[in-house]
Amino acid sequence: MLEEKARIIRKHIIKMIYTAGSGHPGGSLSATDILTALYFNVMRHDPKNPKWEDRDRFILSKGHAAPALYSALATSGYFPVEELLTLRKLGSRLQGHPDMRKLPGVEASTGSEGQGLSIGIGMALHAKLNRKLYRVYVMIGDGENDCGQIWEAAMSGAHFKTDNLTVILDRNGLQLDGPTRQIMDIEPLVSKWKSFGWKVIEINGHSFREILNAFNRAKSVKGKPTIIITHTIKGKGVSFMEGAVSFHGKSPNKEEYEQAMKELG
Amino acid sequence: MWNKKTQRDAFAEALVEIGSRRKDVVVLTADLSSSVKTNRFAEKFPEHHFNVGISEQNMMSIAAGLAASGSRVFASTFAVFGTSRVYDQIRQSIAWPKLNVNIVATHAGITVGGDGASHQMLEDVALMCSLPNMTVIVPCDALETKKAVKFVVDYNGPTYIRLGRSDVPTITQENALFSIGKAMVMKDGKDITLIGTGTMVSRCLLAAEKLEKDNIDATVINMSTIKPVDEKMIIKYAKETGAVVTAEEHNIIGGLGSMVSTVLSENVPVPMKRIGIPDVFGESGKSDELMEKYGLTPENIAEAAHEVMKRRGKQK
Ligand SMILES: Cc1ncc(C[n+]2csc(CCOP(=O)(O)OP(=O)(O)O)c2C)c(N)n1
Ligand SMILES: [Mg+2]
Repeated sequence: MLEEKARIIRKHIIKMIYTAGSGHPGGSLSATDILTALYFNVMRHDPKNPKWEDRDRFILSKGHAAPALYSALATSGYFPVEELLTLRKLGSRLQGHPDMRKLPGVEASTGSEGQGLSIGIGMALHAKLNRKLYRVYVMIGDGENDCGQIWEAAMSGAHFKTDNLTVILDRNGLQLDGPTRQIMDIEPLVSKWKSFGWKVIEINGHSFREILNAFNRAKSVKGKPTIIITHTIKGKGVSFMEGAVSFHGKSPNKEEYEQAMKELG
Repeated sequence: MWNKKTQRDAFAEALVEIGSRRKDVVVLTADLSSSVKTNRFAEKFPEHHFNVGISEQNMMSIAAGLAASGSRVFASTFAVFGTSRVYDQIRQSIAWPKLNVNIVATHAGITVGGDGASHQMLEDVALMCSLPNMTVIVPCDALETKKAVKFVVDYNGPTYIRLGRSDVPTITQENALFSIGKAMVMKDGKDITLIGTGTMVSRCLLAAEKLEKDNIDATVINMSTIKPVDEKMIIKYAKETGAVVTAEEHNIIGGLGSMVSTVLSENVPVPMKRIGIPDVFGESGKSDELMEKYGLTPENIAEAAHEVMKRRGKQK
């Protein structure tokens, strides 16, 4: 069931980006399984009531993966699936990067990397102050992990004991210019986050069993926030996009599009 | 002749008053609570005050997350760290989604004194005015500061409130109303219009006294909101007096002077002159020495008034 949802979401992503003529397929596809698990299993939310006060919040800090977020939202019922094809068009609610004032279900305006984790901490603090039980989920990229603000936020998340906050680090090993190992090596990642006071869980980000299990474990952690490092494949699901730096931020051409849609079934 | 008080103390008083009547307010600072005086709010309402350490970028985005959830937020630090260092966080996390975050920046301007250029923020108004959705307020004294802080808590959208470090003379009245976008006439005259903002309003009043000795009757306007600027007031007095001088403790580019000259050139192109920091970085020194060196004294304003009146000629 989750596998099937993820397949549909991947097809939407490819079609949207192809129709728009631009966008970021790689990081959208690596994040798809996690977003599917969040929107169709983990999070308490109501697509018919996007402003419900007690909803869990998801922030896509790596805002360039907007197609994955939009597809998950549309498939959940926040807005019509047909609207997905307006991505990046003049007048569309589906901006190139998420705009919380335009599209229902978008919790934060992002696109400049490095800020979503701090925003998530703000939301988690608001919940604590107002005795709200909602949880906050933030997805960051492994390239985004270079940003200084991420580490400012890492420190303050632990300091303020935001155990209602779960971060997903999409460890697809690639950033814009190449492999993270070459551009800016972020290892040893687990011990870094541990030493910043976080509970760290490491999983395969394409195994629903591991994903659901990790989110469950994160819920029971008290007194500190949790980060789930999800090992993923950039471009997952489309053979020629998998592990390809070139598909970080470009649309497939006609042949590639047809090939991709065929592979996704 | 005037009583003196720091705007920071007024800010602290306003926060405590706000905190005692509502529970949705959150105050953030970045290791400067004793300097920006949010510590007084923290003593009374410790749960609603967060010190994030020296992480201003983090602070601005946390402020956005709190505001997006429904909290009314004040984020306070020095002007230099609360604007240029975090311009992108303000732009992306706060201004673009039009969130209710009030940035209260202290230690703005050259009167910071001894700390020198690194801490004398002279470009903040330009930066904040260039952001869509942002309101920019520069109160002229402690009294107006208190009113402005209490005003913005219910205002819909982000605001930037610019405060200084030192004592400033209290020149407004207890019963004067503060409202965003409304300038205040401090003295009504017919020969020339002096428009000041922040610490320069009292200096405009002193300049007006000097001008009186030369039989020149000046209007003095306190332009406490730079954006949206009170166009009506500018146009009205430009028409009546036919000559304008602006005065601000900010770079001459991008602040009050630029704002006023735009309004004038598009509506009533009368002669004008801008008093401000002449597009340079500051340096260490005593406040008064610096104001003198950079040409921000009442004498400088009065001289500028004579100059524009000469350019205007006899008829208005
Ligand atoms: C502050 C900032 N700098 C640069 C960029 C341009 N940019 C967009 S995506 C990207 C690489 C992101 O890599 P990663 O976070 O690993 O994302 P993913 O691999 O999941 O797509 C860069 C540099 C940006 N959006 N924000
Ligand atoms: Mg990556």
